[in-house]
Amino acid sequence: MSTSNPGSNRVQFTRTAAGLVDADLSVALVYAEISGQFFGPVEARHPDRVVNVGIREQLLVNVGAGMALTGLRPIVHTFGSFLVERAFEQVKLGFGHQGVGGVLVGSGGSFDVAEGGRTHQTPGDVALLDTLPGVSIHAPSTPQEVDAVLRRTVAGAGLHYVRVVEQVNTRSFPEARGRLHVVRRGSGATVIALGPVLDAALAATEGLDVTVLYSSTVRPFDGRGLRAVLGTPEVVLVEPWLAGTSSRVVAEALHDVPHRLLALGVGREELRRYGSPEDHVRAHGLDAAGLRRSLDGFLGAAT
Amino acid sequence: MSEIKRLMSLMTGDEKHSAAATSTLDVIQVLYERVLDVSPQRAGDAHRDRFLLSKGHGPMAYYAILCAQGFFPEDWLTGWASWDSPLGRHPDRNLVPGVEIASGSLGHGLPLAVGTALGLRAQGIGSRVVVLVGDAELDEGSNHEALELASALELDALTVVVVDNRSSSYAVPGRIEQRFAVEGWHAVTVDGRDHDVLEKALSHREVGRPNAVVAVVEEKK
Repeated sequence: MSTSNPGSNRVQFTRTAAGLVDADLSVALVYAEISGQFFGPVEARHPDRVVNVGIREQLLVNVGAGMALTGLRPIVHTFGSFLVERAFEQVKLGFGHQGVGGVLVGSGGSFDVAEGGRTHQTPGDVALLDTLPGVSIHAPSTPQEVDAVLRRTVAGAGLHYVRVVEQVNTRSFPEARGRLHVVRRGSGATVIALGPVLDAALAATEGLDVTVLYSSTVRPFDGRGLRAVLGTPEVVLVEPWLAGTSSRVVAEALHDVPHRLLALGVGREELRRYGSPEDHVRAHGLDAAGLRRSLDGFLGAAT
Repeated sequence: MSEIKRLMSLMTGDEKHSAAATSTLDVIQVLYERVLDVSPQRAGDAHRDRFLLSKGHGPMAYYAILCAQGFFPEDWLTGWASWDSPLGRHPDRNLVPGVEIASGSLGHGLPLAVGTALGLRAQGIGSRVVVLVGDAELDEGSNHEALELASALELDALTVVVVDNRSSSYAVPGRIEQRFAVEGWHAVTVDGRDHDVLEKALSHREVGRPNAVVAVVEEKK
């Protein structure tokens, strides 16, 4: 357990990535201007393996895939909106269809660039990537988790998306091979917090007899872990990207268990608001008070 | 050439072929027979040359030449694009020996080739990367991202061959070569049916500059 320094997840990513490039000749880093302020020194040390492609996101993804075709392990980075949404066909074909792996690291997420508006926000990234077979999706919630997941995915195989955002949880959880952590055990409903929504979920469930699960691994989803702790057949899903993104995997995990599911997350409507990340969290009902209201409504309906 | 035609006829069923199938024939044949250092025995060798067929539609000429080179048996050609065949209307690197990229959707091959050239350079491998794109395919913006970066990073192991059958809307004769030249590539336009001329253009390498060959195969009808 450790306290996180808000705002440092992205810095931690760049620090860990640079260290991996330094330590392993097979690791490459490709980026598109974004985060260049952090990559200067490592780029100077390894100009052949650290490549800034300029503001060219389609190229960014396929350059990473081309490097993977030669046996390198690429880390491919820009804002998630450009990495996943603008260049989705490149992700689908360059990595997925070619059958090569790499580690895509998107920053910004749903709310980081709140003042920047919709163009720089990507609440749909997880749902979109979830259409690709075999892609692993990670939402580390502290610098320690960012560091650990990056090390593991770069050393591993396959295609990974690491969603680095500045919203943090207070506690870091160790790598558990994607298994759900049981943070609080109760005899009632099960609340699943995916990514940096655990603090709010814990605050919202204060005094309620519920189980709270957490994972920074979004895909693959630990359906067995959910089944193992399921008490009453109420499940509440909390995720800081499009609401319902993980409903599919919960439904699959509980396909033979009669259950009710409340899926909380970012609403589908474009708010056309600026403000702060906290404003957006609140607007989508993902702060503690908003979650509590939703929980009370859902659980109240059960009695 | 008659052998390649015979192999192609196993797929098309006759001796007449669509433009998409034959426009690439001479270029690919020259590459495999005279230019590239690649063979079935070296398919897994990191130091092999790479040929990336970006223009994945109409791959009959490609399949025929890979077959003639011994990458897969002739009986694969009959029944191509059927349920049991590894040979589809677009080639898949995971199904066909010798195929370096799975292609079909336009605008991916050149960006992948840039990444491949960068990956080889980072590993100190001097092999060549040749990517074939169509003239209309070059309209895709992703290619322009790639051709700018390739020259900026001095990817002299990279050759792009643009098979120009004048299929692009808004085409202006000569502009493809100019487009590469203005970005700092070595660029030539040649007769895409003349094997000796193609061999010379495709074999060309220049220190610090990627190589572009515009192979004109026919006039727009």
